[in-house]
Amino acid sequence: MTMPQAARARVIIPITPVAVEPELVSLYEKQKKIYPRSVHGWFARWRWTLVWFTQILFYGLPWLTWNGRQAVLFELTSRRFYIFDLVLYPQDFIYLTGLLVLSAYGLFFVTAVGGRLWCGYACPQTVYTEIFLWVEHRIEGERGARIKLDAGPWTANKLWRKSAKHAVWLAIGLWTGFSFVGYFTPVKTLWAEAFTLSFGPWEWFWVNFYGLATYGNAGFLREQVCKYMCPYARFQSAMFDRDTLIVSYDAARGDPRGTRARGADLKAAKLGDCIDCGLCVQVCPVGIDIRDGLQYECIACSACIDACDSVMDKMKYPRGLIRYATENGLIQRLTRSQMFGRVLRPRVLIYGAVLAAIAAAFVASLAMRHTFKVDVVRDRMTLARLVDDGQVENLYRLQLMNATEQKQRYHVDLQGIPGAVLMNAGDVDVEPAQARWITVAVRVSPQAAQALGAGAHPMRFEVAALGDASVKVSERSTFVVPR
Amino acid sequence: MSDFFSSGWSIYIAVVTVVGLIACLALLIIAARRRVMAGDNTTGHVWDEDLRELNNPLPRWWMWLFVLTIVFAGAYLALYPGLGSAAGSLKWSSAGQHQDEQAKARALTAPLFARLAATPVPELARNPQAMAVGERLFANNCAACHGADAKGSKGFPNLTDADWLWGGSPERIKETITQGRQGMMPPIAAAVGSPEDVRNVAQYVLSLSGSAHNSIAAEFGHPKFAVCAACHGANGKGNPAMGAPNLTDKIWLHGWGEDAIVAMVTKGKTNVMPAHGDRLTPEQIHVLTAYVWGLSNSAAANAP
Repeated sequence: MTMPQAARARVIIPITPVAVEPELVSLYEKQKKIYPRSVHGWFARWRWTLVWFTQILFYGLPWLTWNGRQAVLFELTSRRFYIFDLVLYPQDFIYLTGLLVLSAYGLFFVTAVGGRLWCGYACPQTVYTEIFLWVEHRIEGERGARIKLDAGPWTANKLWRKSAKHAVWLAIGLWTGFSFVGYFTPVKTLWAEAFTLSFGPWEWFWVNFYGLATYGNAGFLREQVCKYMCPYARFQSAMFDRDTLIVSYDAARGDPRGTRARGADLKAAKLGDCIDCGLCVQVCPVGIDIRDGLQYECIACSACIDACDSVMDKMKYPRGLIRYATENGLIQRLTRSQMFGRVLRPRVLIYGAVLAAIAAAFVASLAMRHTFKVDVVRDRMTLARLVDDGQVENLYRLQLMNATEQKQRYHVDLQGIPGAVLMNAGDVDVEPAQARWITVAVRVSPQAAQALGAGAHPMRFEVAALGDASVKVSERSTFVVPR
Repeated sequence: MSDFFSSGWSIYIAVVTVVGLIACLALLIIAARRRVMAGDNTTGHVWDEDLRELNNPLPRWWMWLFVLTIVFAGAYLALYPGLGSAAGSLKWSSAGQHQDEQAKARALTAPLFARLAATPVPELARNPQAMAVGERLFANNCAACHGADAKGSKGFPNLTDADWLWGGSPERIKETITQGRQGMMPPIAAAVGSPEDVRNVAQYVLSLSGSAHNSIAAEFGHPKFAVCAACHGANGKGNPAMGAPNLTDKIWLHGWGEDAIVAMVTKGKTNVMPAHGDRLTPEQIHVLTAYVWGLSNSAAANAP
């Protein structure tokens, strides 16, 4: 573009079709099925380690017993949420919020350092796809066999293999749905009900819904969930920068690509290290070619790294033609340690600091959490009443919520109003994990009332658990002296 | 649909809804039809010399989701209200759903209430389960006026003492809750006599309960009390049949002292306990009666 500045400014650039032979294309396309080749190697082992870890956790946790009950149980009907020693009330919802904020910052932090590690290793979509792919591989065979089977006619062999695969998939899906519901209904009861098929209507719904969603997502939708539904793929670039470790193809080393005889002289053949075997494309679960550079579809599962390393080994070339590298690292030919050295940069430090601060606040607030809660509700219709000898009385209803699994006795006390007497509060017993309402009256003598003056006066109810005087909950309220 | 003053609006809304749905479908079909594209997977459009728009097609199943939403909308409009004022074939309404849920809740608690309703009040007052139910009923229906502890306040009777305006037997309490009460003190200062006479009567009334009073004025007031005796009785002990309070105890529902009594005699007072017969079921009222009765009969209620 060598036009002078003045001339350029006036140029109106029309929208014109490029003179290429037009072709008919649909706005919606039939999805091409992806047949990922199975892969072995260091990263594949990591992926399977994560599959085992997350799934033992997910499937196993409901079966764990703690304090004589299910260790993790979210009881929706009684609105009590048991997590090991914790008994949470709906009022503790802030902890869930905290957990979600923590997860979000954890994701930001990890993404800034190492890209989509979550997607590649821990996301349920990846994990269940991995499991379902393994089943598919066992029953229908390797990539080539699967392609041939799908293309071939419906033989008895195909019918049996397909139905066996779907049966196993459905079984895994329904077991997943069952385990999911097991977090909300005692899993042992649910297990007993499963044999007589006597689930409740909502249990039926959720076992099947979650089960079929697993079957559909991991069996059929697979990479399309990541490509078209998951928002993370679309905003990941906000967390990436040129020093983020991503799965990269070293084009400078690999190109020009081409087939060659083993042991051929590269310089003479004018070839790079890439032998263009296409294995990295065949193993890709999202169907991209990593050699085209970073793409939003890439879930950073590193299957292509494993595949390429195995080829490099066979060719007796050094490993790492496809490897975790940063954009700067590739351009500036940085060494591994130089790239890792750049991890400590402002973006990562800020994400890390915020993450650490939130984590510390979360842990501290959980640790300093009281074993009970108090709500104070004033009588609203009559704010104050005169009783014997002109004393002023206010009425309050106190809700005492026991967040332990033992019966507790609480002592209610009063602070903030000189001369105020708590009338009918003896010590209050509350059953394990139960809430109880009590009505208490606070009385002030005529002289004290006069000294206070008409109006609302701040006061506090102090509730202590007997046997543990250190635990004290203070709830604010007001005492009203009528005019 | 009372918001619509003529059925024209309903038709208008229905037409807009249906045309909108059809337009969505038409747009989808038109947009999904094959378009002329360039051969290099771009839409063939170029901006600013070299910016090209890549053709990035959605998966086709995604399009079927769009179609599904339109099918869903059609089914929804057939079943539920939405097409103008048409009620839909399920005849669903939020009020109806609320009533269904209430009926379901009633059916769920019916066996419990049937059992409780068959138990006599004094026995029921000893039943912790019944009292827990009663406490909740009281908190929801009675506590607003009588206080969370049922001790009332000025103008709202204390239900925990033995003093009853309309009688404290279970039958009378049940009647009070079901039908409500209207207590009426007429302004009868004129019948009593001069303002002086009214003050003397007030002093006499104070003397009945042994409160501090002027005994000479009370002596003068004694004969004038005959007017009051028609309802409150010659001895001032009141009459629960008509809600006339007992004047010989130290319970002063509407205020203590000569001024308060003079005001009452001069101006009169109408105090209302609203009827709850159509708000609560007879079974609920039975349990509530036992709860209220138990408040002032705790000794009897707690006896084995």
